[in-house]
Amino acid sequence: MNAYVGTATSRVDGRAKVTGAAKYAGEFSANGLVHGFVVEASIPRGRIVRIDTDEALKVAGVLDVLTHANRPPLADKDDAWKDEVAPEGSPFRPLYDDRIKFNGQPIALVLAEEWETAKFAATLVRIDYEQDEFVTDLEAERGSANEMDKPHKPRGDAKAALAATGLRHEADYLLPTEHHNPMELFATTTVWDDGRLTVYDKTQGVQNVQKYLCSVFGKKPDEIRVLSPYVGGAFGSGLRPQYQVVLATMASLALKRSVRVVLTRQQMYGLGYRPMTIERVALGAGPDGTLDAITHEAIAMTSRYEDFSRNDTGWAEQLYKSPNTYFSHKLVDLDVATPCDMRAPGAATGVCALECAMDELAVALKLDPLELRLKCYSDRDQSEDLPYTSKQLRECYARGAEAFGWSRRDPTPRSMRDGKELVGWGMATGVWEALQMPVAVRIVLTANGHAEVSCAASDIGTGTYTIVAQVAADALGLPIENISVRLADSTLPQAPVEGGSWMAASSAHAVLAAAEDIRQELARLAKAMPDSPLADIDTHNVTLANGMIASNGKNAAAVSIADVMRHSNLERIEKEKLNEFAEDKSHARNTHSAVFAEVTVDEELGVIRVTRVVSAVAAGRILNTKTGRSQIMGSVVWGIGMALHEETQMDHRFGRIMNANIAEYHIPVNADIHDINVIFVDEPDERINKLGIKGLGEIGIVGVPAAIANAVYHATGKRIRRFPITLDKLLE
Amino acid sequence: MNNFDYSRASDVADAIRLLTADPGAKLIAGGTNLIDLMKENVERPSRLIDISRLPLRAIEETAGGGLRIGALVPNSDLAYHPFIEQRYPLLASAILAGASAQLRNMASVGGNLMQRTRCAYFYDTTTPCSKRSPGTGCSAMDGLNRNHAILGTSQFCIATNPSDMSVALAALGALVHIAGPSGQRSIALTDFHRLPGDKPHLDTNLGSGEIITAIELPPQTFVRNYSYLKIRDRLSYAFALVSVAAALELEGNAISEARLALGGVAHKPWRSLEAEAALRGKAATPDHFGHAADLLLQGATAGSHNGFKIELARRAIVRTLMQAASATPQSQAHKKIA
Ligand SMILES: Cc1cc2nc3c(=O)[nH]c(=O)nc-3n(C[C@H](O)[C@H](O)[C@H](O)COP(=O)(O)OP(=O)(O)OC[C@H]3O[C@@H](n4cnc5c(N)ncnc54)[C@H](O)[C@@H]3O)c2cc1C
Ligand code: SF4
Repeated sequence: MNAYVGTATSRVDGRAKVTGAAKYAGEFSANGLVHGFVVEASIPRGRIVRIDTDEALKVAGVLDVLTHANRPPLADKDDAWKDEVAPEGSPFRPLYDDRIKFNGQPIALVLAEEWETAKFAATLVRIDYEQDEFVTDLEAERGSANEMDKPHKPRGDAKAALAATGLRHEADYLLPTEHHNPMELFATTTVWDDGRLTVYDKTQGVQNVQKYLCSVFGKKPDEIRVLSPYVGGAFGSGLRPQYQVVLATMASLALKRSVRVVLTRQQMYGLGYRPMTIERVALGAGPDGTLDAITHEAIAMTSRYEDFSRNDTGWAEQLYKSPNTYFSHKLVDLDVATPCDMRAPGAATGVCALECAMDELAVALKLDPLELRLKCYSDRDQSEDLPYTSKQLRECYARGAEAFGWSRRDPTPRSMRDGKELVGWGMATGVWEALQMPVAVRIVLTANGHAEVSCAASDIGTGTYTIVAQVAADALGLPIENISVRLADSTLPQAPVEGGSWMAASSAHAVLAAAEDIRQELARLAKAMPDSPLADIDTHNVTLANGMIASNGKNAAAVSIADVMRHSNLERIEKEKLNEFAEDKSHARNTHSAVFAEVTVDEELGVIRVTRVVSAVAAGRILNTKTGRSQIMGSVVWGIGMALHEETQMDHRFGRIMNANIAEYHIPVNADIHDINVIFVDEPDERINKLGIKGLGEIGIVGVPAAIANAVYHATGKRIRRFPITLDKLLE
Repeated sequence: MNNFDYSRASDVADAIRLLTADPGAKLIAGGTNLIDLMKENVERPSRLIDISRLPLRAIEETAGGGLRIGALVPNSDLAYHPFIEQRYPLLASAILAGASAQLRNMASVGGNLMQRTRCAYFYDTTTPCSKRSPGTGCSAMDGLNRNHAILGTSQFCIATNPSDMSVALAALGALVHIAGPSGQRSIALTDFHRLPGDKPHLDTNLGSGEIITAIELPPQTFVRNYSYLKIRDRLSYAFALVSVAAALELEGNAISEARLALGGVAHKPWRSLEAEAALRGKAATPDHFGHAADLLLQGATAGSHNGFKIELARRAIVRTLMQAASATPQSQAHKKIA
């Protein structure tokens, strides 16, 4: 019975969040809490010759200054520093030695009784460097890029096909470095209890952090417990353990006290980011608009110590039929911190380039951009030649176009206007993966009709608490008020990091699996009750609803769950279950979207407004239409930011980010956001998993920047391939 | 942030005395600029002299028919004050184009006039900057200078003044009232801010030990034909790439008086009497406006990334004058450009 799944259920943690009852990592406290403030390197590459902490240590209230020279022992093997999602390479180790690998690298931690004291004393730490030559400019170094392993094998002979094709479009698209800028600052509070540590951390994966800390500090699993009950956004920046958790733990071990380390907004620009990427796309097509060849080559930046790469290219395999394809992904090693995942990593950027290129091809072919997509539509994932578990992208195009009024579009650029403004309509496709992972859940059902559901998974603001409660309420036949959910504690049943849009499907099915065990247990007990009206039931064929257990047969008898438990002398039934999805390589699994955008551009001044966005999404069953819609709206807002605003600006003479704050790193503000219409297209999918869930965290951003860029072209006749599209680029 | 002493001034004379006694001291009003700079270690005052409770919050009519506005009037109160809304809508509009509602609630008139440049190198103590550390050089000159000055620059500094309010005040011909160790004086707003020259560390002509007590607006109000247009990288809450304050008196379609000032293009609000004179007696037409724009932008020079500002400013000037002439001032709430 589905009283909750599929409905617009409000967030179960909403009240806690808006009243401040929800505590975040930097808000926990402990007796004698010590405050740490980070000192960062101001050069991008070199060596620390000397750190003078004398002045800092003289400040009243300062307890210690940790540096590479006096820190507690740390693991010395790379493997010990590799977390669950670490890329190839040698992970960064804070305060490990005298080497400087990137500007903004933490090099000392000032510890004091008060945060203000630590912050002040941090200004007194003097560092002498020996600076080495460095490079941070991807565009200047693109020639030195190294090829990564190919995720997609070439098909046919794309180079030859491009040379022979009727019409060919080829261009570079440049996507800048972007930072996540979650609202909540990265923070860790450690609570010291006689050698045992409880660590409150801002992270997307408490068990990942817990294992990492144990390995880095040589601790036993029961000596460190990690919690992250609420996360104020992370978007990928909290997938890997960040350096503040190492520093806080280190300080706790050194001082044998509880410690809090909160990074400043500025310091957070020394964490991971979406790497700048140069995307070269070539498309060859016949006059009828069918593709002969697609090549997509990406060159992205990474650090010198880790090869972070994501699948920017290859998305065309999912979307567009073409007999010849070639994809490559190259990395340039620079003197910067390692990039990391950021909402729809690879797709947000790679599909942006592909979808701008498709628009350019449509213009060259004099075809409606939507018509071109439909002509090239692929019903199969061509890389493995597989059908999809479900793919309602056609329906997304149709519903989105209808809602937007796409058929009224005049194809000629600069043909639509409203007073002094040019009006442009653009569209693009979005595609993302529908992944699922093993997750375990424990359910404790008590005789009073209450259930506690627990799992180590994080809720990074996406609504995991709520969907877990919904699925559990339906599966146990209880009102949602009777379900309490505990998440993000490393001692709870196993879960991977919350990322890749896999947590909704994965946690929901783990809840189902544990609830199924509860149901069978109840059925067994009910059957065994003296004079049971359910004595004849098939234990696999019962339903839990309205606090009753009932046989599914005709004129079903039912008994209250409370009675069953009382008769069985049970206060509680506890079941823990690890749910694993059967491997199925026979089908491809993806989510899709069609995005339509309207922009107005002041013809003289170049000022751009995104007046309307319609995003039609096919992502299997939507567990919660309210939190789901809000995911997509947030993604569209971010997509507008990618298109028009966001850019981490680096001065390559200093190898330093110059807009490391949210006054100068622009994200959209309310004034930039107008009408956003989210449409969920029905997509029944019985193959992917029992509930037909695919996940929504990332699909919403993919396609948005391209739809806007294409709309800007339609409005102005100017094709801007260097993001973000700022007004100066339109005036040129 | 450094350690500092704190005193609360009991009156203006006390503030002056405290300032004179400690050359490293700084006044603090709303703190929205000073505290940020202290957090970045750009400003390291030995003492903060809190003037926020001084009785400088009045908005009074002057004998001459103008208005006198106390230095501590919050930006929001000023923008929504009936005298300002009704008599000096250009000023109200410019204030509302700046910062955010929260910041405007805290920001004072005096602090707004004294706010420092947003040049990224000025903010980053690890990079050379002659405004922050005299003699170290200008990192912006060959660096990230997309939002730097095109007018009145020097080889030592190409920073801009970020204030929106000051641009309207310049156009309106405001006076700045100052009190100091040697008594009171007043100077025209257009003479208050300096060009960088070879002393880029000096933003204004405020002397040591001096405090702004008020600004004064002359009687001429331009209630009908005015507009403040701010062009920026997002539709709100960003500093101007270029902003224009325009005010006209019209007799029919003939211009009898014109005021024109630019923000975001120079180390001070940029006004040219020559450009305004060229408009007087002319018809309010795009051609004449274009000519005035050329005069106002005379001598504009482009750095490596800010060349677009010259053409943008020209177009923005013409547009703002058109808005003013047609009595359709730019709305600060609806971002569509009129
Ligand atoms: C994120 C952000 C965005 C912003 N955007 C804009 C914008 O778009 N447009 C805009 O115009 N402004 C903008 N501002 C700046 C804002 O307008 C200023 O910070 C504010 O006006 C400063 O006023 P205050 O009273 O807070 O000054 P304070 O921070 O208190 O002081 C600033 C300086 O003025 C001095 N001072 C203060 N009062 C006096 C006085 N009476 N006499 C002499 N000296 C004095 C102080 O000593 C100090 O040096 C923005 C600020 C921020 C933080
Ligand atoms: S422009 Fe002025 S403020 Fe900016 S770096 Fe140069 S000297 Fe400093």
